[in-house]
Amino acid sequence: MKRSPEGAVKRRSEGAAKFSLLRRLPPAWRRPLAVTGGLVAVFWLLIVVAAPLLAPHDPLAQNLPRLAAPGAGHWFGTDELGRDVLSRVLYGARVSIPLALLLVAMSLLVGGVLGACAGFFGRWVDETVMRIADLVFAFPTVILAMVVAAALGASLQNAVLAVLVVSWPSYARVTRGLVMGLRNREFVLSGRLLGFSAWRSLRVDILPNVLGPLLVLATLDIGTATLLLSGLSFLGLGAKPPTAEWGAMVADGTQQFDKWWIGVFPGLAILTVVLAFNFLGDTLRDALDPGTARTLGAEKERVA
Amino acid sequence: MSPRWARSRDTGGGRRLLARHPLARFLLRRTATAVLLAIGVTLVTFVLTNLVPGDPAAANLGQRAIGDPAIVAQWRHANGLDKPLPVQYVTYLGNLLQGDLGESQQSHQSVLTDLSTAVPATLELAGAAIVVSLVVGVAFGVVAALRRDRFTDQLLRVISLLGVSVPTFWLALLAFYIFFYRLGWAPGSGRLDPGTTAPPHVTGLYTVDAALAGQWPVFWNAVGHLALPALVLTAYTVGLLTRFTRSAVLEVLNQDYVRAARAKGLPGRTVLFQYVLRAALVPVVTVAGLAFGALLSGTVLVESIFAWPGLGAYAYRSATTLDLPAVMGVGLVVGLVYLTVNLAVDVLYGVIDPRVRVQ
Repeated sequence: MKRSPEGAVKRRSEGAAKFSLLRRLPPAWRRPLAVTGGLVAVFWLLIVVAAPLLAPHDPLAQNLPRLAAPGAGHWFGTDELGRDVLSRVLYGARVSIPLALLLVAMSLLVGGVLGACAGFFGRWVDETVMRIADLVFAFPTVILAMVVAAALGASLQNAVLAVLVVSWPSYARVTRGLVMGLRNREFVLSGRLLGFSAWRSLRVDILPNVLGPLLVLATLDIGTATLLLSGLSFLGLGAKPPTAEWGAMVADGTQQFDKWWIGVFPGLAILTVVLAFNFLGDTLRDALDPGTARTLGAEKERVA
Repeated sequence: MSPRWARSRDTGGGRRLLARHPLARFLLRRTATAVLLAIGVTLVTFVLTNLVPGDPAAANLGQRAIGDPAIVAQWRHANGLDKPLPVQYVTYLGNLLQGDLGESQQSHQSVLTDLSTAVPATLELAGAAIVVSLVVGVAFGVVAALRRDRFTDQLLRVISLLGVSVPTFWLALLAFYIFFYRLGWAPGSGRLDPGTTAPPHVTGLYTVDAALAGQWPVFWNAVGHLALPALVLTAYTVGLLTRFTRSAVLEVLNQDYVRAARAKGLPGRTVLFQYVLRAALVPVVTVAGLAFGALLSGTVLVESIFAWPGLGAYAYRSATTLDLPAVMGVGLVVGLVYLTVNLAVDVLYGVIDPRVRVQ
């Protein structure tokens, strides 16, 4: 697909029209997938808030019988240290979900700013940013994230940084494309002629026009971010041992794989969170016009 | 969507000389890209592993040796880590030109030797997975498009979303538990049963080698070991390909020439395979290239559970021990695979879409 300025502008403006319509037209959100996704997402957000009230035990206390199968008192069983798996799964939501949201927000910011500069200023800025982005794309995400996380040292913060390193380029690409389409439109040019600085042009004229599609991309990305983060923790490059983190809990499960409940429940938690956000993202993608939806989709899948 | 490298920077003076022959230009650009990528990949890995807090000496020497500055200094000297960074990097590039990737600090073998066993293992796994994914994903996508908005379409949509949402490492654990531990259908971990000798080395792919040598029991053993990890890996790519095939087919179905083909009474099968599918395959091939990259990512997680001695497991081991030459070796191989896949995608464009050939 060629990114001719006219095409991009056309697609973009149609996208903007549909996007503002979307807010007024709830029917798009009445579809079963969207409703399911929305309910599950709200369910997990509630758990993030209310985990201490809901959890029957202290997620770190090692005072239950070890490796007990699911039953009364410990519905999801206990792990090899006698900790309650249900409580750990509930508390795990407080680790994975906020971090995934933070990560997506950071990728959006970093990729958006770099991509906007690349698209707006062109020339060497564009070349530098996009070649670095190409380089990141040439690495499989998990391997690059793994190298970064290992180099920085295993911790949750570093895992977030590592995933940020691999996830900003898709935002940069989309933003660059959108900004390039807008850069030479009359309303931007007239602003420049009135003496707007580049920064003011970007902020006042361009930002409102690119924010919609970027937010869609970000929604689509929450699931991927959760998967990558928990994957790094699974490899031992994220959460440190006592922390109740879902990926790390699945890793515990591989040590005791005949005790299925240790790994299965945290994995189900990851699956439901990711699925919920993907359901929502899928609906959003469909609600937008096909052109924009496809561009966004292609960029998003590259991340994965 | 034009291939990524077609958009990349033109490579200077050679262009004027060779610009007349498109194939020469294409190859020149590809070679230049490969060199740039090799430099980029090694530089990134080099900078990352050197400028960050992690210390390779600390990762490789034991607790007690770390306390002894003499041992640390000797280890650094032996690995060339006491020289200035640019010198280290140039030395590495010089050796690389001679095909020397250095020695792994963990296995104490040359990185090339390590890679020569790890790469075929992973290619066998990822290759099997991509073939299955393509067949299943494209079929699902076509069916979903033809049954648009009906129950089958909705079902396939949920299945494909499940596929892209499920954590690979968890699915691997679940599959291992159910099919190995509970049902006993799948053989254990590794590439062959313990005690089975590997087939004579030709390609390094055990299934192919065993078939070539006519060792059918070994072949079936290798297939058995391959099946479960490969199927686990397909979950994500099947989901991806289903969604993309569906939207690509839908787009083509609305084209005038398809309506014209129907209107003039061509049988449905002819329209589907010769008119719709062929045009729809162009974007699908692009995604398949990307999916292969995703598969390589997935192998890191899956190989650790199935004890598959491949590139993913090797990458994990070398990344966690900051084994610099090994990490760069992995980066180079992965970059090379990426370029090859992109090249294959571009060649396939030409095969599928005659318009590309004219350009």
